[in-house]
Amino acid sequence: MNIFDIVGPVMVGPSSSHTAGAVKIGYVARKLLGEDVAEAEILLYGSFLATGNGHGTKYALVAGLLGMKMDDENIPNSFDIAEKKGMKISFGKAKLKDAHPNSVLLRLTGTGGKKLEIVGESVGGSLINISRVDGLLANFSGEHPTLIVHNQDRPGYAAEVTSMLAGKNINVASLQLYRESRGGHAVMVLECDQEVPGDVLKLLEQSSGIEYVMYYSLAED
Amino acid sequence: MAFKKLAEIAEISEKKGLPMWKVVQEDDCTEQSITCEESYTKMKEILSAMRDADKKYNPELVSKSGMAGGDGMKVEQFNVAGSALVGDFISSVIEKAVKMGESNACMRRIVAAPTAGACGVIPAVLLSYQEKKNVSEEKIIEALYLAAGIGEVLAECASIAGAEGGCQAEIGSAAAMASGALTYLEGGDNEAILNAVALCIKSMLGLTCDPVAGLVEVPCIKRNAYGGVNAVVSAHLAMAGVKSRIPVDEVIDSMGRIGHLIPSCLRETGEEGLAITQTAQDFCDKQMKEL
Ligand code: SF4
Repeated sequence: MNIFDIVGPVMVGPSSSHTAGAVKIGYVARKLLGEDVAEAEILLYGSFLATGNGHGTKYALVAGLLGMKMDDENIPNSFDIAEKKGMKISFGKAKLKDAHPNSVLLRLTGTGGKKLEIVGESVGGSLINISRVDGLLANFSGEHPTLIVHNQDRPGYAAEVTSMLAGKNINVASLQLYRESRGGHAVMVLECDQEVPGDVLKLLEQSSGIEYVMYYSLAED
Repeated sequence: MAFKKLAEIAEISEKKGLPMWKVVQEDDCTEQSITCEESYTKMKEILSAMRDADKKYNPELVSKSGMAGGDGMKVEQFNVAGSALVGDFISSVIEKAVKMGESNACMRRIVAAPTAGACGVIPAVLLSYQEKKNVSEEKIIEALYLAAGIGEVLAECASIAGAEGGCQAEIGSAAAMASGALTYLEGGDNEAILNAVALCIKSMLGLTCDPVAGLVEVPCIKRNAYGGVNAVVSAHLAMAGVKSRIPVDEVIDSMGRIGHLIPSCLRETGEEGLAITQTAQDFCDKQMKEL
């Protein structure tokens, strides 16, 4: 915790968890998708569902999906802006197991046809955790540049990816591995201290056994 | 490393011959590996964001729940009409605190300090002081650093989240931070600053968090005004030379222990207190129908 977590952040109210955190979940999801959102199915859970209306959680999530940050004064107008951009939005209730009380499931389709499904949790203050990506477990905060590698579960992939990053002087702050079953589909989540350059992302994508790569950058679009 | 005691900040301040705010700043810069200039620019932006939020208060706005809006204007009109019971400074603190709390509820941009629910306390005190006493921007920024340092110790040894420590952790912390900052602005020495903080926290120990419908509106908005005024009273007492019989760090530890002892039904869970009154329940039923 630094002093600007104490006096700060600058944010649109009313709630750091239900508003600022919700904007951030939407923002991270949009970045992970890698293109503008054409269609969003927003399924709320727990306290997001119960008190979200009064906290403007829905506006906040849509604002984030439009690429707004938590201090954007246009957050309350996000529905109108989305409508003008032709973004289709629907809301519902999520059925989640063992989820954090402030959770949302987002099913997104991008303007270029990309698809993404994530579960985001607002874990306190304006901090968040992305707990699932495309049905598989993941845990990352959106505070670091984050690389998500979908691959087949085979020996050596983790080493291959980390050594490729080390070769580019990128320090890995945290590394997590999740898989559906042994030898099946697996996900590697790497939070990095530095941004991962585009050529490294391309190289990774071309490696055999790697199905696809998603990247969350801290840089502005 | 974040400080664990206010006495520690005061000690370093005396040893190095630097004001407490500077000790807080230098420590944070080392921690984050940024320069003092970068840090200062950030703090300046925080202050501008507070001022901007105060100026942009819109009395027409009503919160999504329909429970909040327009009260800040009532206070302003009351103050302008010269009907105020108290002096200009306190009148302004009350007005700005209510306005900021309402702005937060109405989805305007504010500065969480330390939380969004308590966002009105510190700006109400500091901006009112600057307007009434004509102090420089630099001084106010220094006071903000000091407030942040006090908040850091509170976060470390007690809590700054209502769900963890009740409202003493939110409005109570904000008030404590503001009281130290105000004492500094008034020219109080380290001892006076520590006394102000101790007195302020003692007056808000045990405060519950039981907001209606889980929203940051009732009682949060108006409680910002009480937090602000409490900060002023504490600084006033400390500047008069009144001391807290219990040293500030022991008071903060008590606050932490009390926070844990407040039953969870009174820590932002909506299971007790104001949240389950008949009126609150009627309101919730109405909201659920609209879902
Ligand atoms: S009552 Fe609870 S939500 Fe309201 S300001 Fe206090 S701690 Fe925050």
